[in-house]
Amino acid sequence: MSDGRGVALRLEACAKTFPNGTRALEAVTLHVDRGETVVFLGPSGCGKTTLLRIIAGLEGPDPGGRVLFNANDVTDVPIERRNVGMVFQSYALFPNMSVAENIGYGLKIRGMSGKERGARITDLMELTGIRGLEQRRIDQLSGGQRQRVALARAVAVHPSVLLLDEPLTALDAALRERLRGELDRLLRTLGITTIYVTHDQAEAMALGDRIVVMRNGAIVQTGSPRSVYFEPNSRFVAEFIGAANILQATVKDGYAVLPGGRMRMPDGTAAGPATAMLRPEAIAIIDSEGADLCGTVETVSFIGDRQRLTITGAADRPIVVEAPNSLAVEAGQRIGLGIEPRTVRLLPEDRR
Amino acid sequence: MRDRLIVAGQLLFTLVVAAFLIVPAILSMLAGITVNYFRGIASGVTLQWVIQVWDLYAETIGRSFLVAGAALFVTLVVGVPAAYALTVRGGRLSRAVEEIITLPLAIPGLAIALALLLVYGGFSDFRRSWLFILAGHVIFTMPFMVRAVMAVLATIDVNTLDESAASLGAGPWRRFRDVIVPNARPGILAGALSVVTLSLGEFNLTWMLHTPLTKTLPVGLADSYASMRLEVASAYTLVFFVMIIPLLVAMQLFADVSNGARSRA
Repeated sequence: MSDGRGVALRLEACAKTFPNGTRALEAVTLHVDRGETVVFLGPSGCGKTTLLRIIAGLEGPDPGGRVLFNANDVTDVPIERRNVGMVFQSYALFPNMSVAENIGYGLKIRGMSGKERGARITDLMELTGIRGLEQRRIDQLSGGQRQRVALARAVAVHPSVLLLDEPLTALDAALRERLRGELDRLLRTLGITTIYVTHDQAEAMALGDRIVVMRNGAIVQTGSPRSVYFEPNSRFVAEFIGAANILQATVKDGYAVLPGGRMRMPDGTAAGPATAMLRPEAIAIIDSEGADLCGTVETVSFIGDRQRLTITGAADRPIVVEAPNSLAVEAGQRIGLGIEPRTVRLLPEDRR
Repeated sequence: MRDRLIVAGQLLFTLVVAAFLIVPAILSMLAGITVNYFRGIASGVTLQWVIQVWDLYAETIGRSFLVAGAALFVTLVVGVPAAYALTVRGGRLSRAVEEIITLPLAIPGLAIALALLLVYGGFSDFRRSWLFILAGHVIFTMPFMVRAVMAVLATIDVNTLDESAASLGAGPWRRFRDVIVPNARPGILAGALSVVTLSLGEFNLTWMLHTPLTKTLPVGLADSYASMRLEVASAYTLVFFVMIIPLLVAMQLFADVSNGARSRA
C-alpha cells in the first residue's frame, strides 16, 4: 500500500505491567504498513485497548518495549507530540465548544489561521456528512452525530496514525451497522494508517485489512479476515470469530470416526485423536440414505434469511447447521450431513 | 378541603419558623438605626451609629474584603489545579491528599488557629501581618474550593477529555486552560462564592489569630458587642448584612444558572 497516508507503525516487544502488578500485555511485536487498517480484536481484558494506548502514547510500554513511527523511535514522545488522531469510545467531545470548534481544536493548536481552519472544517463536515451542525452544542447531537464529529476531529490534523477505540460500541445495533459501512468508506477514502479496537468480530471483518486476534494480553493470530475465519490456528480463534462446531474424534484411514458415522478428513490427516472445526454454513443437509454421517434434528429456528438447526447424535456434541430457508425440515427428523473435506479445519489442542 | 387545610398548615409552620429565624436579625438591624434602643423605634431613626461604625471599623471591613479576595485568589490558583491533578491522577495517594485537604472541615477552627500559632507564632513579622489571618482562611476555605471543583470534574469524565485534548496536540497547560477550566466553571463559581462568604464570616480562627491591628469584620463585630453601645453593635450587624446578603443571593443565582444548564443538557 504505497499510496497510503500516515506512517508505517512498528511495535517491538511492547509489554505492559500496571503498578499494581497486573500484567495487561505480554511482549507484543507487530508491524503495520503505511495506510493499512489493522483491527485489534478480542474479548474484554485481552489487552487490545492497552496496546492502542501504548501506540497513542497514553501508556508507556515496560522497559525494553519500543514504538516506532516510520522507523523513528517515539517511545518517549508524549501523546501531544505524536500527531495521532484518536476516537474514544465515549467520543470525549469538548462540551464547552461547538461542533466546529471541536473539529478545529487540533488545527488551532497547530497554529492554523482561522480562515484556513474554517475551510478545513467545512471539508471534514462534508466528508463525514454532518454539514449544517457547525454551531450546535455537543449536548444537542445524537449518538451517531457525535461519532462523526469525533472522527472528523481526529482526522482533521492529518494524523500519522488514526486510533479508534471501540468507536461504534456506544451506539444501538441498527445505527452501528450503518455507521460501520460509512466508516469503512471513510477509512478507504482517507487511506491513513488505522488501528481499530473492537470486541465485535463482525466489525473487525468488515473494516480490517488485517485482524490481530488477542487473548490474555497476547496476540494469538494475525491475518486477513478470510484467513482468520477459514484458517483459525486455535480453538479460541475458531470460536471467537464466527460460529464454529468443534468436534473431537479419532481419525482412522483418512476418516474421523463419529457416533453418527464417519467424516472424510482433509488429505494427509494423520491417524489418531484430532480436534476439527466445521463452520455451520459449510454443512449441507442431505438425505440420510447412503450418507456417511447421520444425525437427528433436535431444534429448528427460522431466522428469515436462513434457518439454524441443531443436530444431535452425529458427533460427540450437538452440531449447529445453517441451512437455506427453503429447506423443509422439522425437529425429530433423521437427516444426513454433507461435509466437504476441504471445509474441515484441523485445530491443535488448545493449551489453556 | 382537607388538602387545603394541610397546605395552609404547612405554609403557616414554614412562615413561623422563618419568622423565628428572621425577626431577630431584622430587630437587630433596626436597633442599629434607632436613636435609643431602650426607648424603641419611637425615639427616632438615625444613621449616626452606622456612621460611627464606619469611622471606627472601616478598616476591619476593608481588611475582611482584602483577606477574602486574597483567600479567593490563593484557593483559585492552588485549589483548581489541585482538583484537576487529584481527579486525573486518581489512586490511593490522591485519595489521601483529598482527605488531608478536607480535614480542616472536621477540626474546630480554634484548634487550627492554635496549631498555626504554635508553629508560626515565633515569626513575629508574619504573626503581626494580615497574611497570618490569610493563612488560616486559606486552610479553612481550601476544601470548599477543591471539593466543589472535583465534584464537577467527576461528572464530566475529565480523564478522557484530557486525553482527547492531548491526542489533538494540546500540552498540559493548554488542556487545563481550554478544556478543564471551562468545563469546571460551575464548580469553580460555586467554590469561589463559598470561599468568599466563608472568609467574610469566619470568626473562630480569626479571633484566635488576630492582633489589635489585624481585626476583620466579624472580630470587630464581637469587639463592638463587647465594648460599645448596643446600637453601634447593631449598626455593625446591619453593615455586615448589607455586605454578605448580595453575595449569598449571587451564589444562589449562579447555582440556579449552572443547574439550569445541566438540566437542559
